[in-house]
Amino acid sequence: MMGRTMFIDPGRCIGCQACVSACRECDSHRGKSMIHLDYPDEGHSVASLPTVCMHCEDPVAPCAEVCPADAILVTADGVVQEADTTRCIGCANCVNACPFGVPKIDLQAKLQLKCNLCYDRTAYGLAPMCATVCPTGALYYGTVEELQAERPGVQVADTFVFGESEVRTGVAMVVPAERVRWPVPGGLPVVEINGKDVRR
Amino acid sequence: MTADPHAVDRRTLLPLDPSLTPPGTGGFRDAGGIPADRWHADQHGETLVPTHCCFCGVQCGMYLRVDRGGKVFGVEPRNHDINRMRLCPKGVNAYQQVNHPDRLTAPLMRRSRDEELREVSWDEALDFTVSEIRRIQEAHGNDAFGVLGGASLFTEKSYLVGKFARVAVRTRHVDYNGRLCMVSAAGANKLAFNIDRAGNPFADILLTDCLLLAGANVGECFPVLTQYVWGARDRGATLIVVDPRETAVARTADIHVALKSGTDSAFFNSVLNVVIEEGLTDEDFLAAHATGWEEVKANAAHYPPSRAAEICGIPAEQIVQVARAFARAPKAMAFHARGIEHHTQGVENCLTVINLCTATGHLGKPGAGYGTLTGQGNGQGGREHGQKADLLPGGRSILNEEHRRQICEIWGIEESELPAAGTSMMEMVWQMQRREIRGLIGICNNPFVSLPNYSVVKDGYDSTEFHAQFDFFLSETAANAHVVFPVTIWAEDEGVMANAEARVVKHNKAQEPPAGVRTDTWVMCELARRLGAGDKFAFGGSRDVFEELRRASAGTIIDYSGITYERLEETGGIVWPCPSTDHPGTPRLFEDGTTYHTDGKVHMQVVEWHPPADPYDEEHPMTLTTGRTVAHFLSGNQTRRLGALVEQTPRPWAEVHPSHGFRNGEPVRVVTRRGSEVFPALVTEAIRPDTVFIPYHWPVPTAANALTIDALDPRSKIPEYKVCACRIEHAESIDEVPAPPVAPGHVAYPETQVSRTDPLPPTAPQGRGTSERS
Repeated sequence: MMGRTMFIDPGRCIGCQACVSACRECDSHRGKSMIHLDYPDEGHSVASLPTVCMHCEDPVAPCAEVCPADAILVTADGVVQEADTTRCIGCANCVNACPFGVPKIDLQAKLQLKCNLCYDRTAYGLAPMCATVCPTGALYYGTVEELQAERPGVQVADTFVFGESEVRTGVAMVVPAERVRWPVPGGLPVVEINGKDVRR
Repeated sequence: MTADPHAVDRRTLLPLDPSLTPPGTGGFRDAGGIPADRWHADQHGETLVPTHCCFCGVQCGMYLRVDRGGKVFGVEPRNHDINRMRLCPKGVNAYQQVNHPDRLTAPLMRRSRDEELREVSWDEALDFTVSEIRRIQEAHGNDAFGVLGGASLFTEKSYLVGKFARVAVRTRHVDYNGRLCMVSAAGANKLAFNIDRAGNPFADILLTDCLLLAGANVGECFPVLTQYVWGARDRGATLIVVDPRETAVARTADIHVALKSGTDSAFFNSVLNVVIEEGLTDEDFLAAHATGWEEVKANAAHYPPSRAAEICGIPAEQIVQVARAFARAPKAMAFHARGIEHHTQGVENCLTVINLCTATGHLGKPGAGYGTLTGQGNGQGGREHGQKADLLPGGRSILNEEHRRQICEIWGIEESELPAAGTSMMEMVWQMQRREIRGLIGICNNPFVSLPNYSVVKDGYDSTEFHAQFDFFLSETAANAHVVFPVTIWAEDEGVMANAEARVVKHNKAQEPPAGVRTDTWVMCELARRLGAGDKFAFGGSRDVFEELRRASAGTIIDYSGITYERLEETGGIVWPCPSTDHPGTPRLFEDGTTYHTDGKVHMQVVEWHPPADPYDEEHPMTLTTGRTVAHFLSGNQTRRLGALVEQTPRPWAEVHPSHGFRNGEPVRVVTRRGSEVFPALVTEAIRPDTVFIPYHWPVPTAANALTIDALDPRSKIPEYKVCACRIEHAESIDEVPAPPVAPGHVAYPETQVSRTDPLPPTAPQGRGTSERS
């Protein structure tokens, strides 16, 4: 099963864009956010979901596969890095290859920009900035077991079908589930208040 | 051959040195708040200062990143009990205020409003202020001068505002902008329970089986609380949202009651009617712990679902569904916020929610009870210790002789010297119009944006002979003043705030204030000294004030005497009442079933629904309602200067239903009896067809509060922001958002203002708009 990674739960997203602001604060991209929000039912509903790099595993990162300059590296822990600025030629092959619409080209600089899972943080065991601050847990960083301990019964998907192609990703989506009742603790770990256990 | 406009010189555009700023960073509209060397700071030498966010009543814990030079340059999430690392976009960007170039760094002054503000010395500004206070009071009496505080101040400073007004300025006219926030909830809680705070901590949300959110847009106003709401939902709790708009949380609710604004008490009376009809009341609880039940029961009989459905504009079945879900749940909680409080019957609306909780026995248990969500950072603490017109420290009444005597003893004054109760914030503005109040000191508030009926507010302030304002940015109100005192921002001083749970948390100092800037405490003490009351204001800083505050609150319901700075740092926060230093605090009220009334019972109150103050007619058939957006805070003085937040939500809009025939972004004129303004239309099915919504964070000519009515709740004196009659019309062009004022000599940041003329971003805010399908 997958290790520590990002889980996206659109049912929890409130469209607040804390992730967008936090991404800008991360030292990886220095002022440029690599997240955008999608509004799947715009005008009818306020539904929203954050879009981050899915860090494709199989086939290994279509963006990297099609890069003619070999600028996109995939680290041993499965993180698809953004294009190496010393190699990227801004050709946009990666943009066309990505089935999730993630990489963007900075037209002025003709360079690719994309989420690298806050490698400056995750490499040291910290969660990416977006998942750290996400007020609702729509972005969650951890193992699937940790996620399920917090949200009992939650199901995730890491395989996506595009026509005849199938893509397995390092980042997973939470699958909408039937409503069921779960015992305490549910949602978040139940906390103490002033040293007092609130479960009693 | 013409040069290719897209030609790239790779030698200059491809930085070979990875430490150089990467391309694309210039695309972000940085307002100047982000330090220029933000990403080159020596992060190995940085210090993380634990503190809390300066904005809403959730009070998320955060670390401020401080560089070796002692300057705040970033934020790092903090695993505090309240927020467990989470932050909303305001929290993430809050640090950018600290060293923002718009900060005021010298006192500003002018002798008449015909002159421009100019930088002056502290002595000149203080002397002029003191001479004007004396001049006005000698000619027109002490009460001709008023003081208006703010609920973003630390509790120590709020305490000092009340003492400063009554002991140094010796006026009865003191109030604060928390008057615009949750005084209705406070009034209702006092009537029913004789204690003014939420009954349960946030963590209880995780334990409930049914969560009712009434007029509380948690997703945008308290985003970090959403994790608790989702936590409850995860384990199967029923979620009920009562709101005229489909908010982000309402979208996922089991029952979304999209009632017409201003009809809440009819709705809740009707829910109670169904609860009674279906035998779902907790008679044992009522018999043991409540008074007034028979009267409330008889009154509820007048609100059958058929009648309430007509008043509220909702299906009658929803009322039955809500009643069953709430009353049958083993544990149910109700949270409410401005949506039901900003009304001429705000107190009564809250009382109907309390009646429902009491009748069903959902009080004083883990996962069962009620909560009030404070909009301002210190909305709770700001009113506890005497900043409010009728209150003395510890929530004592200024009308009660015993209470007055107790405080006079601590303050070292004669009881005859302590003024009587004053009037509320909006009433003070009316008094300014009538020249009953001729001079005013405003402390960290911005009524030019935040009070309703702007023309009255402007007229009131313009009618004063002297007006001084404390702030760290030049707010729209400060720009109109005679004297502006540049004061510290939250990260430059220490002090406590009480969040929406009444949990007292400590903010720590992260950096020294810029040269020329003083703490609000220093300015008030210095003014007091020059007014001849220096011996009563010999405070070295927040810590000294807090020690006096602890003594002044001892023995009251709002007892802080057991809370110390050291304990707050150890525990991460203590919920009052905390009567001794070994007391753990009181996170949950009424656990033994007794309230703070002398008989220990809940005093249930009869509420009769009445229509809003602004009547509908053929000219004004629709409802205008106002509220917040996630990127901005209150009057926007702080957030309209931060690039990321301006970029996220650059301007207000008028949210309308597709049935009115507007296309997204089209100019829509909203007309009320106070005036008219033109906004881009945000066309969405997520709002009632008879309702228009405008967020209120911007000044005229794009101020929602130029349109709202200054009618007040008779008890809490809160304005009726949430409902007034209006109509909408097609218009030619959209009113432009003005730039925030800056001090003389400071540069306006065009980056934050680019978006003034932008069309409404098609995806902002939260997917409400569409250009194709509406």
